[in-house]
Amino acid sequence: MEATVVRTGTEGKTWGGGNDPLKASYGKMMMWFFILSDALTFSGFLAAYGFSRFKFIDSWPIADEVFTHFPFLHGVEAPMYYVALMTFILIFSSVTMVLAVDAGHHMKKGKVTLYMFLTIIGGLVFVGSQAWEWSTFIKGDYGAVTTKGGNILQFVNTEGERVALSEIAVPIEGARVEHERNNGIWFDAGKDLPAYSLEEIKAGFVQNEDILVRTLMNDEDGNKIILSREESLMKLNNEAVGTVEGANLIQNEYGHPLFADFFFFITGFHGFHVFSGVIINIIIFFNVLIGTYERRGSYEMVEKVGLYWHFVDLVWVFVFTFFYLV
Amino acid sequence: MAQDTAQHHDHGSASKRIWTVFGILSVVTIVEVALGIIKPTFLTHTYLLAMKLLNWIFIILTVYKAYYIAWAFMHLEHETKGLRRAVVWTGIFLICYLIFILLTEGNYIYEVYKNGHVAWDF
Repeated sequence: MEATVVRTGTEGKTWGGGNDPLKASYGKMMMWFFILSDALTFSGFLAAYGFSRFKFIDSWPIADEVFTHFPFLHGVEAPMYYVALMTFILIFSSVTMVLAVDAGHHMKKGKVTLYMFLTIIGGLVFVGSQAWEWSTFIKGDYGAVTTKGGNILQFVNTEGERVALSEIAVPIEGARVEHERNNGIWFDAGKDLPAYSLEEIKAGFVQNEDILVRTLMNDEDGNKIILSREESLMKLNNEAVGTVEGANLIQNEYGHPLFADFFFFITGFHGFHVFSGVIINIIIFFNVLIGTYERRGSYEMVEKVGLYWHFVDLVWVFVFTFFYLV
Repeated sequence: MAQDTAQHHDHGSASKRIWTVFGILSVVTIVEVALGIIKPTFLTHTYLLAMKLLNWIFIILTVYKAYYIAWAFMHLEHETKGLRRAVVWTGIFLICYLIFILLTEGNYIYEVYKNGHVAWDF
């Protein structure tokens, strides 16, 4: 009795099975389709960023006024230089990765080890740089005043240079004392006091004739519109509700809060990818060291993790363009 | 595996290709950053399809870089046509569609905020 059909009569034909039309291993193909779906996730984020930016096209922050710092260079205006350096670090770690893959094809264990190690170092430097970028962004630069409508008013002098809240504020004896845990009946702390109260800023602004208010709106040249002294005073007295220093998910001294939200979300999600890429690279690195792939006779695992690593680099190329350049 | 090694080029040509691509990526990045810092006026004041010429240049250079990363570093140039198209065409089609829909909608909401009779900055 023949319970199973052993021959279908289609052996050797196109649909007879056993074909390998894409000539790629299962693992590599699945890595490609994972990358495709992950690329769609990232483009979803970037397209959402574009949506919000188009929605507020005439008041969106100018990125090279936001990211102007370089580590160890205090007070030097260096728009975008550090992000450009980060981009180079990531591209270079991509190069060492592809060199590791290439060495793997030639079964050169020593070279694979060296290049994997360099890739891991590059990844760690990049994640560290991103952490620094975040902390600079969160800490803030000059500080600003928020309005009832949720807008940001920044301060400039008559030359158009930014003026920090600390330069404007005139100390006024505290109207509000910070409520700490130990003074409360229910041991609940109150909200943190801002470093400078709105009253202090208003008093300082009236005294200093050279300071003007800069709004969020762009003029035709893409520069922020600066109000006259009278308009500035009126705006500050009628609309200001508080001060803000730095950026978080709710407030953002650089402009629209959505800018900060997308910055944290997109660069954070990318940084998470870099971080997990470093972890996977470390695992593969130790597998190379103990000779797993040497025994297996193929370094394809290095190639698969390499695909993921290049993808992280690919995403950064787009994040760099749409967040910092465009 | 012996047949695996035979499929790929000899070591010299592969690493030469890698360094060439690295050179191209570096030069393009430097050009992008330089343009971003200088912002030449004729590029920021010329519009093509409702977008600044400078932004078109940035986007085209980015796609150019992405092409080299995907083709050279991710070895798409050595994969079969089927795999390459399954990945690239699917991605490009869906991404273009998403961008078109969301940017159109964002622009529409901008117009409503601007010309509508509801004040949102009070």
